[in-house]
Amino acid sequence: MEEIIIQLKKEIIEALNLEEMSPDDIDADAPLFIEGLGLDSIDALELNVLLEKKYGIKINTAEEGKKVLHSVRSMAEHILNHQKKN
Amino acid sequence: MSERVFITGTGIICAIGNTTQVVLESIRQSKHGIGFPTFLNTIHQFDFPVGEVKYSNNELYDLVQPKKKTNLSRTALLGMIAAKEALKNAGIENISEFRTGLISATTVGGMDKTEIFFPSFINNPNSGRLRNIITHDCGDSTEQIAEHLGIKDYITTISTACSSSANAIMLGARLIKNNILDRVVVGGTDALTKFTLNGFNSLMILDKSHCRPFDETRNGLNLGEGAGFVILESEKSIKINNKNIICELKGYGNACDAFHQTASSPDGYGACLAISKAFETSGLNPEDIDYINAHGTGTPNNDLTEGKAIEKIFGNKDPMFSSTKSYTGHTLAASGGIEAVFSCLAIQHQLIFPNLNFSNQMKELEISPVNTLIHNKPVRNVLSNSFGFGGNNTTLIFSKY
Amino acid sequence: MKIYINGTGNISPQKTFNGEFLDKIIEHEQTDHLNCVEPIYKDYINPMAARRMSKIIKNGYCAAKICLQEAAIDNPDAIIVGTGMGCIEDTEKFLTSIIENDEKLLNPTPFIQSTHNTIAAQIALLIKCHNYNFTYVHRGFSFESAMIDAMMMLNENKASNVLTGASDELTNNFYLILKRLGFLKRKSINNLQLSSSNSGGTIAGEGSTFFMLSNKETEKTYASLTGISTFFKPTDHQEISSKINKFLSQNNLNIQDIDLALLGINGDKNFDAPYYFLMDTIFKNTPSAYFKHLCGEYHTASAFGFWTGINILKNQAVPQLLKLKEYPITEFKNILIYNHYQNINHSLFLIRKC
Repeated sequence: MEEIIIQLKKEIIEALNLEEMSPDDIDADAPLFIEGLGLDSIDALELNVLLEKKYGIKINTAEEGKKVLHSVRSMAEHILNHQKKN
Repeated sequence: MSERVFITGTGIICAIGNTTQVVLESIRQSKHGIGFPTFLNTIHQFDFPVGEVKYSNNELYDLVQPKKKTNLSRTALLGMIAAKEALKNAGIENISEFRTGLISATTVGGMDKTEIFFPSFINNPNSGRLRNIITHDCGDSTEQIAEHLGIKDYITTISTACSSSANAIMLGARLIKNNILDRVVVGGTDALTKFTLNGFNSLMILDKSHCRPFDETRNGLNLGEGAGFVILESEKSIKINNKNIICELKGYGNACDAFHQTASSPDGYGACLAISKAFETSGLNPEDIDYINAHGTGTPNNDLTEGKAIEKIFGNKDPMFSSTKSYTGHTLAASGGIEAVFSCLAIQHQLIFPNLNFSNQMKELEISPVNTLIHNKPVRNVLSNSFGFGGNNTTLIFSKY
Repeated sequence: MKIYINGTGNISPQKTFNGEFLDKIIEHEQTDHLNCVEPIYKDYINPMAARRMSKIIKNGYCAAKICLQEAAIDNPDAIIVGTGMGCIEDTEKFLTSIIENDEKLLNPTPFIQSTHNTIAAQIALLIKCHNYNFTYVHRGFSFESAMIDAMMMLNENKASNVLTGASDELTNNFYLILKRLGFLKRKSINNLQLSSSNSGGTIAGEGSTFFMLSNKETEKTYASLTGISTFFKPTDHQEISSKINKFLSQNNLNIQDIDLALLGINGDKNFDAPYYFLMDTIFKNTPSAYFKHLCGEYHTASAFGFWTGINILKNQAVPQLLKLKEYPITEFKNILIYNHYQNINHSLFLIRKC
């Protein structure tokens, strides 16, 4: 799990062009949107693309998106679950 | 400097027709133009319905009959057709009789040709036919229209996403009021492109079925293409030529939401500001409005914001309103110009157009659009909204003369 | 109504963002294009806000911010921007992405950022300005259209302070296309020798330049803007002459009143002919200077020219490297800026010392 979290942090930094940040700057449990990193709806779309392209995960509804993208940890958990199923 | 500004001609080409008359007939018959594209070359051909103009580029070229053989993008072709019709409609034969300008608007410009150039070019910078890249910029289609119409006195292009041609109309009025021009051809043009289809798809705001503006189950917009132009003339120019007036451009307002790059603020702040400014310049009050031609794209975000703004401004005196985008699709920069033509038709023929595909009341709103053609109510003042990316919001008010 | 220029911000191929007026002109001994000297963006934009911004947006925002600071205005009554080509880098990114991914699973950011009014919109978003916001994208008329709009706003009493400017970027792909179209020098030259290069083609450039136009004079005022005129595809040099004379007379001036003709000479012998014709005729006895050897040629280069002109008026001196024709002159009161883009879009600006 921790490996995925570190990998994911690097990928998020790259996907969202968070130039000044390193993985250590991101708290895996903090919310990604509104508070925490303060990401917005465009970032959510970018993270959807990341999940689908890199991990083959498709987010189907806005509600699902809110849950999966809540924090780095929730993203990692979702990825692990998806990998277990496949 | 309080010259009144009048509309003396309209020109339009879109998914439901290639002239003002044909478009009016389509609306009367509830004939929309949304379907899968025929000419646009995309893998998404059967994924997303669009409002495509039912003519190929060659057919458009034949409709235009340009004076000299020249590179014309689809955007330029559409613009030339509509602008020429507007001029003819206004009975203008001698373009240099008065100080005449052209203000066009576009978002894609010649992107339809750029998309042909680019794949070869990025493979090898020495390949790709240059004739397909020289029409890329927004100014190209405008200058093609200007040369086609013989206009030289003042030429420019506005590009503010979906509010572009509404802004062009606003600028035209100001140029007349500031005594820089006597009359001006104003509007906009945009062609369907892979760029915009894929762009809006990446934002996940395209509907896979026919759009349902202001409906609770709405799921996004249908892209469209086309061009819409009107002729604005000063009082002086009309009196001298004893012109036939279609209606008056009574008010206009532009404001910036400054909330987010693509989403509009949930309280409709920017939209309310634009509408208020239009009332200010027009001297009218909300209760004077008989019909609102809404921006109404069919996206969850826009229709909620716009609906809230209408409720806020009009209170319980909300006039009848509808979005005509279920006929034409969202024609991006051309939408303000196309919908200005609709607003003129509403006044000319005393009609209020239906909002197609509306069946379910939005739960956040108390108001709902009209869904049948209304022809027995007076239409004296029409308000038209155009809200674009970057929070660029514009409202125009047209009045019966 | 008198219109004043009360602040400016300029990011260009010279070191201009720090408010210096060409103290040390940068020379490129062998070049066919010039890129901007960039500020440290972190000093102006917080990294989270900058994460989506391409160069044209960063430079546009920085130039606007510098201008706002100098004019001491937090919330202008309008933001009006001109750009000839708009946001090319993001346009290219999205186009490339469409091709490489076969129209599937595309990142939305470059699409959103490619909308040409993103510069004006970003400025408004970051300074929370809800006022009038327009973007003009029309070749060599883009900056002029923005300025004419600003002048109208002030004359209509709809505004007291209008943030007006222009931004264009030179990407590598755009440079290659310009080269293929034959618009650039075939052989690299020394940029400071542009006016005497005597060959076809020019050097490409880029820049972001903003001004605060206002109806009140302040101690920061650079100059006043008397008038602007644009004209399209003149038939011959005579028409250009007569347009200039008409413009001057509309502003109650004649050629003798012009203390400097600041010209858009770009070193392309095919396009510089009108300037030399005028220098031999109506400008025969007028000191003249040029600026495109410092900024290169691009659709909104006239903004750099305007910036040069107002600085000359403020400093009452023309930097040596800009001079074309010199006459003894005690005071620079009226400057006429004349520029054209590929003999299609011609413009005139009249500025006056305050």
